[in-house]
Amino acid sequence: MHFSTSLLFNLKPFPMPIFQLKINGKSQTVEADRDTPLLWILRDHVDLVGTKYGCGIGVCGACTVHIDGIANESCRLQVSQLQGMEITTIEGLSEYGTHPVQEAWKEIDVPQCGYCQAGQIMTASAFLKNNPNPTDSQIRNAMHGNICRCASYNSIENAVKVAAEKLS
Amino acid sequence: MKPSNNIQFSRRSFLRTSALATGGILISFNLFNACKPGVEPPVDLSLLDFNDFNAFIKISDDGKVTIFAPNPEIGQGVKTSMPMLIAEELDVAWSDVHVAQGVLDTKNYTRQVAGGSQSLRQGWEPLRQTGATARQMLVNAAAATWGVDPSECTTKEGVIINANGDKLGYGEVVNEAALLEVPDNVKLKDPKDFSIIGQGISNVDIDEIITGKPLFGLDYKQEGMLYASVLRPPAFGQILESFDDTAARAVTGVTDVIRFENKIAVLATNTWAAMKGKKALTADWKQDSPAEDTAMHDKKLMSLLNGNSFETLRKDGNVKKAFAEADVVLERTYESPFLPHNCMEPMNFFANVTADKIELVGPIQTPAGTASRIAQMLGRDESEITLEMTRMGGGFGRRLYGDFAMEAASISNLVKKPVKVVFSREDDMASGFYRPAIKYRIAASLKEGKLTGYHLKEAGINSNMYGLIPNFFPAGAIDNYQVDAANYKSNITTGAWRAPYTNFLASAEQSFFDELAELMEVDRIQLHLDLLQNVKETTDERIQYDPDRLMGEMNMVVEKSNWGKRDEGVYQGFAVYYCHNTHVAEVADLILENGFPVVKKVTCVVDCGVVVNPLGAQNQVAGGVIDGIGHAMYGELTFSHGMPQSNNYDSYQLIRMNQTPQIDVHFVESDIAPTGLGEPTLPPVGGAVANAIYKATGQRLYKQPFIDNLERKAVIG
Repeated sequence: MHFSTSLLFNLKPFPMPIFQLKINGKSQTVEADRDTPLLWILRDHVDLVGTKYGCGIGVCGACTVHIDGIANESCRLQVSQLQGMEITTIEGLSEYGTHPVQEAWKEIDVPQCGYCQAGQIMTASAFLKNNPNPTDSQIRNAMHGNICRCASYNSIENAVKVAAEKLS
Repeated sequence: MKPSNNIQFSRRSFLRTSALATGGILISFNLFNACKPGVEPPVDLSLLDFNDFNAFIKISDDGKVTIFAPNPEIGQGVKTSMPMLIAEELDVAWSDVHVAQGVLDTKNYTRQVAGGSQSLRQGWEPLRQTGATARQMLVNAAAATWGVDPSECTTKEGVIINANGDKLGYGEVVNEAALLEVPDNVKLKDPKDFSIIGQGISNVDIDEIITGKPLFGLDYKQEGMLYASVLRPPAFGQILESFDDTAARAVTGVTDVIRFENKIAVLATNTWAAMKGKKALTADWKQDSPAEDTAMHDKKLMSLLNGNSFETLRKDGNVKKAFAEADVVLERTYESPFLPHNCMEPMNFFANVTADKIELVGPIQTPAGTASRIAQMLGRDESEITLEMTRMGGGFGRRLYGDFAMEAASISNLVKKPVKVVFSREDDMASGFYRPAIKYRIAASLKEGKLTGYHLKEAGINSNMYGLIPNFFPAGAIDNYQVDAANYKSNITTGAWRAPYTNFLASAEQSFFDELAELMEVDRIQLHLDLLQNVKETTDERIQYDPDRLMGEMNMVVEKSNWGKRDEGVYQGFAVYYCHNTHVAEVADLILENGFPVVKKVTCVVDCGVVVNPLGAQNQVAGGVIDGIGHAMYGELTFSHGMPQSNNYDSYQLIRMNQTPQIDVHFVESDIAPTGLGEPTLPPVGGAVANAIYKATGQRLYKQPFIDNLERKAVIG
């Protein structure tokens, strides 16, 4: 927990805590309530809006990011828990959108409305890193936490397979 | 009797050209309304006016083509497929085409709507005519330069070639072309020469989507903007009595709490603070009109089916007589629940209401209607409103209702600041315009083994099936045929949900025909083919579906699905349907895993005429089928004391990847004008699944969601 050193000189009754976060390899200072979910830190405080709000309770996958390389739902992580950890969002997955998973998504032309796809890509990329040669049922289980209301599931499944080929 | 799919229009009334101040040509056109007579296209691109023309093409002097299209994009792919039609006839390489969403801050934005799967159907002729006309002007300009007759010139990928083999790029003659008169009688390409239409073209926003660029309404920001979280009545029929905002105001970041209409808005400098502030409110509500619940809806709808308050929507022959004379009557009742839309991007909208203008930005399927309602609500002139549409994280009908935009405008008007209203998921699910619960009673009479009468009764909430639906199959196939509808008025807000009415009607009817075929001891598909044969002989102009197209695709689905020839342990269910001008046949393959029915595959044959973009079309078809299975299996919103009993995905089940079958999509080859794909593959699949479950388990399913009504619980996946 890093309170601002200016705290002593601040006359406000409840000064906001300040947090140092490492997002997409860059150090970022944010001033926010301790319980603010990472999701809203990303979207409202540091203007990384690629991470989407879907349910706010960690059951739809739209807000998936990587924390130290592991897929996590950012709506369930509080800003105060994350100092010193590597946070990667869709914007930081690759510099030019050329991560094999992103390329596979493009090749298959997965998106319909596109809203959930950043979360799908973040889940898939973390999964394939640990399991580059997955079976069909491993893919289906790994991706089942991400809802796609347009039901582009067949295309997502194919894209994960294409990405796995690219990675291996 | 086959109705033509061509939509008539006059080219002169919708198309104008002008030379741009910056070089190049601007082709201005209006897709759905004729332009006003005196309207001139702008010479400055910043003056694009989507009120006079609703789409523009710019061909610049380097030969690049920009298409400005304000069509709402909700995931149905029109932002890609509509420009493809222009590019095809313009005869340019798709890689030279850039698609831009309509320019921002235009006055009186647009009159276009996303809904009813109509965009491509209505755009097919005018968009190609526009491209062809521009191409002809470029050819005419090149021919004049060469001193040859335009008929001696051909084009290929943005280059004009004359009989001597001389070449000129579009960019080289575009400034001359802009000064020519708009030609009449341009010739459209022979479909066999298409080089863009029929090719799989990627979503034009793909790069932005996969890299997380701001595209959606929820991503939109403006300097000084406040976020608003709104507390609405927790139950339908309630009004606000009093509230205490002390705790809400104490939340860091909360700037204001205001009451408007029957709601309370918490304003804050960030979304989280606004949501937290809303949770800290305490409010007293009074029940002002009845607190309804699901048991009461069931009772009401059942009593409507049993009663006599019907309006007859179609009546052929004498159903009553046919039933009185019948040897056997089959009568079944089919039931389905309320459904929320559940767009992944929750409802949201930005408004900045100031003394001299009203700025609106966000995801909306009905921009013009919403702007007009806001002008009326605030007592302002429509000309003061600008409305910018963002990409939409799903629509499914929910964003036809501009309630969220009206809230944003009301709040901004009160606090005199730019405001973005953001629904939480809970707000989104509990403040819906739901697909209402609906019940159908279907009865058929048999005499000497023949189908002599068919009577469909609908009991709805707030509204009934509309327009041409009573003329869908089996209208025209049975001499004595009647459709009756009745509804009950509820204080729960209801509205259009992907494929309104047919989304359950098709499932019910296709299950009924399965049972009927069994009773008649005829093959399920043969029964349909025989009935369609009757339709071929009718001269009834009201009949919309084409029996030949249905029969054609039924034969195709039999072949593609190996109907009746699958391995032991694979149970198949069939359904066929026409809606939204598109014909669809489906076979669901189901197996039993530990006794549970699991859909493994759906073979879907679609006849939508020309397939403009096979890549986008495949996505729409597969998505519609899986969406249909998900909602038929799991979808249900119940009410208790006027309150929705689910408000997030922990208590409401949407289909997920591990429950999803493979969709095997086939398109009927056709050169008939294209029709929509956003909706028509969804309605029949509930029937196909129910019929397959019957074959596997012996249980007929009459009530959705199937998961709750299976004698043994099913798991799909």
